[in-house]
Amino acid sequence: MTAVAALRNAETATNRIAVPRRSVARPLLYAALVLCALLTTLPFFWVVSGSLRGLDEIRSDPGAWLPQHVTFDNFLRLFRTEGFGQFMVNSLVVAAIVVAGNIVAASAAGYALAKLDFAGKRLAFGAVMAAMMVPFTAVFVTQFVITVDLGLADTLAGIALPSVAMPMSVFIMRQYAASIPDELLEAARIDGAGEFRIFFRIFLPLAGPAVATITIMSFLASWNHFIWPLIVAQSMSTYTLPVGLAATSQAAAHVTDYGLLLAGAIVVMLPVLLLFLFLQRYFVQGISGTGMR
Amino acid sequence: MTTTTPVAGTRRRTRHTAVAWLFLTPFAIVFLLYTAVPTVAALGFSLTDLRGTDLRHPLAVDFTGLDNFVRLMEDESFLRDILNTALFVAVGVPLTMVIGFALAVVLNSGIRRLRGTFRTLFFAPVVTNVVAVALIWQYAFYADGTVNKALGAVGLAGPNWLDDPNLAMPVVILLGVWRNFGTAMVLFLAGLQAVPDDVYEAAALDGAGRWRQLRHITLPLLLPTTLMVSVLLTVFYLQAFDEPYLLTDGGPLGTTESVALYTYHQFGAGEFGMSSAASFVMLVLVALVSLVQFRLLRSRV
Repeated sequence: MTAVAALRNAETATNRIAVPRRSVARPLLYAALVLCALLTTLPFFWVVSGSLRGLDEIRSDPGAWLPQHVTFDNFLRLFRTEGFGQFMVNSLVVAAIVVAGNIVAASAAGYALAKLDFAGKRLAFGAVMAAMMVPFTAVFVTQFVITVDLGLADTLAGIALPSVAMPMSVFIMRQYAASIPDELLEAARIDGAGEFRIFFRIFLPLAGPAVATITIMSFLASWNHFIWPLIVAQSMSTYTLPVGLAATSQAAAHVTDYGLLLAGAIVVMLPVLLLFLFLQRYFVQGISGTGMR
Repeated sequence: MTTTTPVAGTRRRTRHTAVAWLFLTPFAIVFLLYTAVPTVAALGFSLTDLRGTDLRHPLAVDFTGLDNFVRLMEDESFLRDILNTALFVAVGVPLTMVIGFALAVVLNSGIRRLRGTFRTLFFAPVVTNVVAVALIWQYAFYADGTVNKALGAVGLAGPNWLDDPNLAMPVVILLGVWRNFGTAMVLFLAGLQAVPDDVYEAAALDGAGRWRQLRHITLPLLLPTTLMVSVLLTVFYLQAFDEPYLLTDGGPLGTTESVALYTYHQFGAGEFGMSSAASFVMLVLVALVSLVQFRLLRSRV
């Protein structure tokens, strides 16, 4: 089954091994699920509650679960913190480059791998699979040397470049392209349309769901990426949000300004969480797309 | 599942070859520049005494053969880090899988109402930012933190989790499990959906209860998914970096330093040769696991 089909199924999950309506098991299952959900979301509760507490309150009673006086002071201080606006702009710029690159590179490569017959096809697909398996820690040193040699150290382009054609995106697009009937493309070929015309006029308009998945997945990867920007960014002017937050946290840990840090954590997490709430189908598709085969 | 255009003749094949490689160019460039060349170069680096100061002239350094690997094997901290990483895999993978599988089965079978809501909640940790989460974890687990406050409420004196050599690793693993069980759940859910309904109906007609259905139908049919998830997670936990780096930076006393973190620390110390050698060990470990995955995928297609 294709990843897309798997997901379509997962979306409209049928009620298998149905628990009888009046069985004792049903309330127990719900209770267990609610308990698990509470445990899972506990960290989110901590961060919200902590970020709404004033500095003096955190100092006098650090581990309290609820704020005594709700205050947005931490967020105000955060946005006045030097560099924070810059980190946010940097993260957005890097994400924009990464997303645009992935849409272009993956839709072209995925289409070729699924729909064109060519010499070296197995090699190309092997490269995609291999690229997904090379551990980042095995190559970051040499990637860094290459980035330095290209003159891209401490630049936003240097942070974005390795991620502009993620193999995962190519794989997702290739799987999706394979599910589009060949007859559609053959008909156009018989009518004399060139491959570019077929790609732009027929394939791309049909590839909406895959493009959406790639957009979400590459945005997520870029927004949350930590080690690589940590290595490439060497000055505050190129820090992305996670790197800036980590740097701020090391500085702030001495004064235990957890209010500021938790507010920062929320600002970093919130865009993705909101996006996720609205578009979770595509997030799930991306995960299944890389796992299912 | 992989439908390919039938080969219609040499002439078309040739025409497609040029177009196809044009389409593949952006990916190919990035692949060569940031995967192929770095992998080969990393192997080269691991055979040299490359230090931070030589970085501008990596070709001018001494070729030292397997010296770095010998040094690695003699480095007690590296051996300790291999054990730490093994512990990370041995505890993290099964725990993540059991939780993910249990939730997938319950969400798939037991309930109808709120299924989407629960799935969203359980998947949310997967998309959260690890730096942000690590901060929350530190806030919760430090001496006066939220967790100890809760323990205090029931009369227990909480330890200083992340400074305790015995307790830091469990907290680091807990963060890993929290971030990953949603992925396992989604993959298991997709696997469960692929099991045809009639199999269960037939079993139910033959009088099989829900436990027997789980034992004799779901588990065997889900074996490929289970193997795939276990390989994915193994590769992931093998490379554990973010969690130990952000929570403890490998401390206390190196009890949470992973192989990946060792690589990073050597890199930070300017020991690029040593770092690359450790990287190479990691590459081999991941390649071995990936090979198993490839075999499994082959047998399924």
